[in-house]
Amino acid sequence: MNYKLGTWAVAGLMAASPVMADLVFPSLSYRTGPYAAGGIPFADGYADYFTLLNERDGGIGGVMTRVVECETGYNTEKGVECYESTKGEGALVYQPLSTGITYQLIPKATADDIPIHSMGYGRTSAANGDVFSHVFNYPANYWNGASAAVNHILDVNGGDISGKKIALVYHNSAYGKEPIRTLEKLSEKHGFELLLLAVDHPGQEQKSQWLQIRRERPDNVIMYGWGVMNQVAIQEAANIRFPMENFIGIWWSGAEIDVEPAGDKANGYKALSMSAVGDDFPLYDDLRQYVVEAGKAAGAGDQLGTVPYNRGLYAAMLAAEAVKVAQDMHGVADITSGQMRDGMENLVITEEIMAANGVPGFGPEFTVSCENHGGDGLVAVTQWDAAAGEFVQIADFAPTDMEIIQPLIDEDSAAYKAENNIESNCN
Amino acid sequence: MFYREAGDFSTTYPQDSQTFPIKFDRWRYYAVLFIAVVIIPFVINDYWVNSIFMPFLIYAIAAIGLNILVGYCGQVSLGTGGFMAVGAYACYKLMTGFPEVSMFIHVLLAGGITAMVGVLFGLPSLRIKGFYLAVATLAAQFFLVWLFNKVSWFYNYSASGQINAPERDTFGILITGPNTEAWATYMFCLIFTIFSAVVARNLTRGSVGRQWMAIRDMDIAAEIIGVNPLKAKLTAFAVSSFFVGISGALFFAVYLGAVEVGEAFGITKSFLVLFMIIIGGLGSIFGSFAGAAFLVLLPVALKIIGVDWLGWPTDIVAHLNLVIVGGLIVVFLIAEPHGLAQLWRIAKEKLRLWPFPH
Repeated sequence: MNYKLGTWAVAGLMAASPVMADLVFPSLSYRTGPYAAGGIPFADGYADYFTLLNERDGGIGGVMTRVVECETGYNTEKGVECYESTKGEGALVYQPLSTGITYQLIPKATADDIPIHSMGYGRTSAANGDVFSHVFNYPANYWNGASAAVNHILDVNGGDISGKKIALVYHNSAYGKEPIRTLEKLSEKHGFELLLLAVDHPGQEQKSQWLQIRRERPDNVIMYGWGVMNQVAIQEAANIRFPMENFIGIWWSGAEIDVEPAGDKANGYKALSMSAVGDDFPLYDDLRQYVVEAGKAAGAGDQLGTVPYNRGLYAAMLAAEAVKVAQDMHGVADITSGQMRDGMENLVITEEIMAANGVPGFGPEFTVSCENHGGDGLVAVTQWDAAAGEFVQIADFAPTDMEIIQPLIDEDSAAYKAENNIESNCN
Repeated sequence: MFYREAGDFSTTYPQDSQTFPIKFDRWRYYAVLFIAVVIIPFVINDYWVNSIFMPFLIYAIAAIGLNILVGYCGQVSLGTGGFMAVGAYACYKLMTGFPEVSMFIHVLLAGGITAMVGVLFGLPSLRIKGFYLAVATLAAQFFLVWLFNKVSWFYNYSASGQINAPERDTFGILITGPNTEAWATYMFCLIFTIFSAVVARNLTRGSVGRQWMAIRDMDIAAEIIGVNPLKAKLTAFAVSSFFVGISGALFFAVYLGAVEVGEAFGITKSFLVLFMIIIGGLGSIFGSFAGAAFLVLLPVALKIIGVDWLGWPTDIVAHLNLVIVGGLIVVFLIAEPHGLAQLWRIAKEKLRLWPFPH
């Protein structure tokens, strides 16, 4: 915190303006509780990227950034408290990393004219920007994930999975229930049988679910888990000797910390991905030079290169890019949250932009528009190599079955629109 | 000197049996009400209402409800979270089913529905006591949460299983939804809190409350002197669940706006409310308020002191909060089993004698 005061003093002197302009990014993090395993590296990555921008570039467009961290413990009540206590500081965008908190904030933030970026989580139908004016879930959402998992299983099986049995092991919450409808539609289309197995919060108790898997012998298992649930599920799968290459997790179930407890037995476990893995990017040189070695890393500073850390970097990079778009659009450097929303809505991520940020090929290329807040929904597949101790990308970012997903998005968002008397955002 | 009965003469029976027999107490009570009703609504903002006042008022109602059951009637319950969920889901179904009806009626009806469910789960209390009853109510907790997760009728078949409070009003003032005014939601909760406290206070002073306390102190003796245990226990469950249901409805509709049953009304919620009445004081309305205020304010205060002023990492402060709450529960159970309310009572006794303690 001291260094922040220091940088503020410097920034204030340099700007020589009576009001200290800054770009505030609240980080509703969770470094405690059963989901901290994923929350800590994400929060570290998010904070470190903005620290790097401040240290290396002097902020974004000449305006310093400031990350305000608030501990939610993945708890919606604390999420509300964090939202209320940080929004007054000029918050530009909220990234709560919790589907429950996102649901809560969608109406509130929309009323307060502050955008939410639920990157690959939250309410999937928020991809319809015509209804959800302030909510963005690019580059991919839960339903893209479900479809990508099925696509991968199709690829492995030569395009025919009729008569196969696929089990979904899911966190029994809004998060885990999201893909069910998509998978049901996909099972009709491809003729596979779907087996639903709910795991209750926090997910340490999964004996009965895996016993059922052992009895029903599904050909594939898809997992929508988070936090301690991932580790337990992978361990249980190893215990019943379920073939790991047939076990595929969503992008929130594919971190090093999830597979490491099971040791070599976890080898071959697959996870979807919407951002690249590993630390083989030029950005990491800058991170080490300006942030880690300068002693300014968030948290313990030991999470660099992990999957959730990369995702935190990615979330921060997309936010920073949206700020640049907003600054160009409105011709001001110190943007407001409403201008930030415009920036997010006109965001275009290309390979050149990612390369310019030192992260070539870090995520898919996508374009956001007023109607489409969800990007193009391209998803990659990674696989755990236990010997090397790293996830390896085995399939490139590929499109998902929007024929199935788009009607579902339209249906769900139309219901929300009718329920809440929302006017069209576009046109 | 100021805090004494002397010189305050009662000339009628109602005067003699009023809640606050001491003039100073009475004026303090009116002053608190005045500040709460007349001053705070004009100065309150979003942060204060959503972070402090609303959780405090709502948890105070829940604590009053649980205190009636546990503190006054001696029936241990671990099902508070489940009963709050009943209130929340009842309110949701009523709100979406009858959008034109005032929120006041919805919340009261939600309380009534919860009272019925409470009586149903209170039936085993006629046969089992103590730990066994605690286990039976624990079963209610898990059953209710499972039910609201499993049966999609309760959440109107939404894909995510979440319930979202649509915009509803009372007398044309928005009470739920994102576009509410801070004072409106505050006043709405305050009215229910005052109503609950006054009703609970007067019930516990009357014959019903005396029956509850007789059952609590020794049920066999109470039965011999003519207290009907069926009636006493079931009314305690009904009244308690009524208040808990109201708090659950407010918690979902006014405070959070979107709720997921396992996360918002899980077993931790039952324990939180139980801790409130243990720290606040079993068998005391004031204790319910004190306990709710304590457990709502402590994390916020710690966060402001630790994170905002001292600049500590957020996770250290969050862990510190757990340590302090856990430690305090142990300290209270050993040093002052009657909670904050007992400290308040002792302070009042001392004040009565001050400045001449002999």
